[in-house]
Amino acid sequence: MSKYNLVEPPDGYSAPGFFATTLDRVVGLARKNSIWPLPFATSCCGIEFMATMGANYDLARFGSERLSFSPRQADLLMVMGTIAKKMGPIVHQVYEQMAEPRWVLSVGACASSGGIFDTYSVLQGIDRVVPVDVYVPGCPPRPEQILDGFMKIQELVGNESLRRRYSPEYRELLEKYGIR
Amino acid sequence: MKQQLIHDSLQKKFQNESILFDETSDILTFTVRKQSIVEVVQFLKEVLGFQFLTDLCGIHYPEQELALGVVYHLHNFQTNTRIRVKTFTSVQKPQIDTLTNLFSSANWMERETYDFFGIDFVGHPNLIRILNVEYLDYFPLRKEYPLEDQTRKDKDDRFFGR
Repeated sequence: MSKYNLVEPPDGYSAPGFFATTLDRVVGLARKNSIWPLPFATSCCGIEFMATMGANYDLARFGSERLSFSPRQADLLMVMGTIAKKMGPIVHQVYEQMAEPRWVLSVGACASSGGIFDTYSVLQGIDRVVPVDVYVPGCPPRPEQILDGFMKIQELVGNESLRRRYSPEYRELLEKYGIR
Repeated sequence: MKQQLIHDSLQKKFQNESILFDETSDILTFTVRKQSIVEVVQFLKEVLGFQFLTDLCGIHYPEQELALGVVYHLHNFQTNTRIRVKTFTSVQKPQIDTLTNLFSSANWMERETYDFFGIDFVGHPNLIRILNVEYLDYFPLRKEYPLEDQTRKDKDDRFFGR
């Protein structure tokens, strides 16, 4: 018995001396267990995220030891907190600067829908400026909820087809947000 | 400084102007015509010693003929006296002379008042939006505009006062 946990191998064919599976699954397995998140924290959801990063909840267990404070090296944009309309273009720019493949996790009511700030100055959900993969509800969500959202992202990352980012549907989605 | 003294010296100096004193219990408050606002504030600053512009903000009373107003709060440090000055203008031509030549601090406060109420401070060196996004096409604190963001489709109007 090892004291380390290893990830389960993907479905495939194995026999003594060889193991065969698809490239998609191998790449997915590698990607989903080494997501580098970029925390874009503007308010109280960001405080919950700090707890999520801390020793008790420990996001590092999911392979996200290394937060990326540069969008260039990040895989996952975690938007946590109220995004004012004036901040909208900055979120958009940060997303544009990230390299493919990239994912977005919208944490909390404000990032997902504007929350209680239904007012002239607040962006009513970040999905108006960037495409969002997973929404985490809560005001603010507990660290467990953020972890749950993160695991949903892992699921998406692990099961994504390698061709998805080249598909016309994906291009169309990006074009809808005015990206490239 | 006694309120009565300020009251009397203002009355004496601006006999031809209609200065309306409010019946407020806290600090001395009066309303002047917008044509004489700079002159009155200059007198307060240079003669009566109100050398600090605490605040400058807009206000909107849609039921009044002169619906848009600007409220100035001034402070005399030597005697620790405060004073409140109001002036009003019409929505059609919301122009009020700038105070930036008297108080440098009026610069940003007038920009903020322009940003939220659309009051045009004549003579201001850089009258552009300061807090809201540049492309905002209305003045959000005027009463004719609802507080809520009107682009949301997912809220049931009955529960959200629309």
